[in-house]
Amino acid sequence: MKRHLISAGDLAKDDALLILDTAEEMARVSERSIKKLPTLRGRTVVNLFFEDSTRTRISFEAAAKRLSADVINFSAKGSSVSKGESLKDTALTLEAMGADAVVIRHSASGAPHRLANWVRGSVLNAGDGTHEHPTQALLDAFSMRRRLGNLDGRNVTIVGDVLHSRVARSNVLLLHTLGAQVTLVAPPTLLPVSVGTWPCEVSYDLDAVLPKSDVVMMLRVQKERMNAAYFPSEREYSRRYGLDRDRFAKMPDDAIVMHPGPMNRGMEIAAEVADSARSTIVEQVANGVTIRMAVLYLLLGGETA
Amino acid sequence: MNLANVRILGGEPVDIRIDGGVIAEIGPGVAASPSAGETVDAQGAIALPGLVDLHTHLREPGREDAETVQTGTQSAARGGYTAVHAMANTSPVADTAGVVEQVWRLGREFAHCDVHPVGAVTVGLEGRQLAELGAMADSAARVRVFSDDGKCVDDAVLMRRALEYVKAFDGVIAQHAQEPRLTSGAQMNEGVVSGRLGLTGWPAVAEEAIIARDCLLAAHVGSRLHVCHVSTAGSVDILRWAKSKGWNVTAEVTPHHLLLTDDLVEESPVGAYNPIYKVNPPLRTRADVEALRAALADGTIDVVATDHAPHPVEDKETEWSAAAMGMVGLETALSVVQEAMVETGLLDWAGVAERMSVAPARIGRLGGHGRPIEVGAPANLTLYDPSVRTKVDPAAFASKSRNTPYEGMTLPGRVVATFLRGRPTVLEGKLV
Repeated sequence: MKRHLISAGDLAKDDALLILDTAEEMARVSERSIKKLPTLRGRTVVNLFFEDSTRTRISFEAAAKRLSADVINFSAKGSSVSKGESLKDTALTLEAMGADAVVIRHSASGAPHRLANWVRGSVLNAGDGTHEHPTQALLDAFSMRRRLGNLDGRNVTIVGDVLHSRVARSNVLLLHTLGAQVTLVAPPTLLPVSVGTWPCEVSYDLDAVLPKSDVVMMLRVQKERMNAAYFPSEREYSRRYGLDRDRFAKMPDDAIVMHPGPMNRGMEIAAEVADSARSTIVEQVANGVTIRMAVLYLLLGGETA
Repeated sequence: MNLANVRILGGEPVDIRIDGGVIAEIGPGVAASPSAGETVDAQGAIALPGLVDLHTHLREPGREDAETVQTGTQSAARGGYTAVHAMANTSPVADTAGVVEQVWRLGREFAHCDVHPVGAVTVGLEGRQLAELGAMADSAARVRVFSDDGKCVDDAVLMRRALEYVKAFDGVIAQHAQEPRLTSGAQMNEGVVSGRLGLTGWPAVAEEAIIARDCLLAAHVGSRLHVCHVSTAGSVDILRWAKSKGWNVTAEVTPHHLLLTDDLVEESPVGAYNPIYKVNPPLRTRADVEALRAALADGTIDVVATDHAPHPVEDKETEWSAAAMGMVGLETALSVVQEAMVETGLLDWAGVAERMSVAPARIGRLGGHGRPIEVGAPANLTLYDPSVRTKVDPAAFASKSRNTPYEGMTLPGRVVATFLRGRPTVLEGKLV
């Protein structure tokens, strides 16, 4: 495995399977009453968050702490960053503190690549702009595998704002690596013009794709996209691309529904679909901690417990 | 001053005698005559008419941390230039006779190369009201090229008026063709790479739509239009069509758009998302590069212009989206043109002279530059040795800034000497 995890495309199939298998072992730890391993004792993990994301931050924090690492949370808000300190100076500060891994969330695509030039520790991308979010893709794959078994040949449909979605980019790359067939469904305005070069299928017609989907992953639609005229109205989006009860009924009986959260209930997904037994949405959160434990463990090469 | 053993436009070796800033004699053995004074042995270097840049950012006044008229013109001289056009997007903006005269005077004072200020088309580059174009034209700086470069004159009526108005003093509007709504927040060429990298795309059509509109406007009002830094194959098609109609449209391409592609943003020796490759207009695809080279070769694109855009280190050592756009280019332009156009057989040295000296001087209406190398012409000359290949070392630049995309690349050729009206500004590759 590479030293950093910045893109899901950095992972060869063996790397990805190793992470998923390691996560299975970590999951067993999480089921114990004492959920802690001594593996990363004395190692320092910095959560460097330039963008508010309490969910992702606490997931990484819980993962690092369960492996006994020291965790420093560096939030850009209220820190020197908001006073104009550059990413480079922040990186050099962390470097001086001896960070073994830096988990970075940033609104600029590519910020983790830049950070990796300036720190010696491992860089973990926890979401960069509209680029990638590889641990989200890993936890999604982990959640799918737990429900469906091997992903080879499975049909995964990803629906929504692909253009601005780091979740979609990472999922397409990882699922392709794992042998799944991905179909992206979105209004044409929310697909990159070059989407035809991606290793997946593309459709504008959700109803046609649903009956052959093993997994349907709904992406969050940001309110600001509506103001930018990507689609005419929330209601029209919901009618054409939302997963409501009728559409849910068109899915095969054993197909599952996923969402990276946070959801707009009633917009891209109906409440009763989100809360159904075939939704993995709550599991995804739990699996997030598990997968991040596996990634930290493998990247930092912690001594065996 | 005499130049021995020079090959004019790559021809047979001859000597040139310079007297009173003018070429006095050309022929074999001229430098060896008893009456001859100081002689520079060019050792077979190619002589080109002194290069003229239509598109230089000197940054003074306002951003003297990035470049000054002094360092920028030193950089120009080292690149073989004897005249540069200084873009108007300074602070304050060069939108009055006062500012253009200040820049022009600084150029005269340092005298490394001639500085011809470009006047802003609109007040403050804000695209609302025409700047006092006539006052700038009538000033000591005698401005003939007007541009809001960095911003597009996107209002069609304002563009029409500007094109019409400058006819009174034989001016030209140099348009930065970028439809602003189509490029809101744009970060790099919209295509395969931008899609993968999750960077907001900068579609080719945003450039092409403005070029098409402006060609039609220029034809309608019978004015001169110059298109800055053409970067797409589609733009080339539109320009070819406009020229086929006989319309008075000229265009430039930068050295970097002749050599580099948007793949570098994803994969390069300096890492992904390195803003050293961030530039406006953005680097495009291999197909665009090929189309631009062909267009420069067949004359559809008239000029190579550097768009030399110096930025301090801290404006580039950032996240991609936070970084400034632009590259320095004066000291590498001729080498890049040799690599992209001469080594590929697309241009000979006469063709290079036409596109880097003669045509830009003609468009800028500079009488003393871009003249054929013949007796009686001002001795504005560049001596260039195309036979060497060297690694680009930004630390050796005369420019105050180091934001070159060519660091560590091996490029052909070296400017040996530059003469401004007979006086050397560069000798043996070093500033005089």
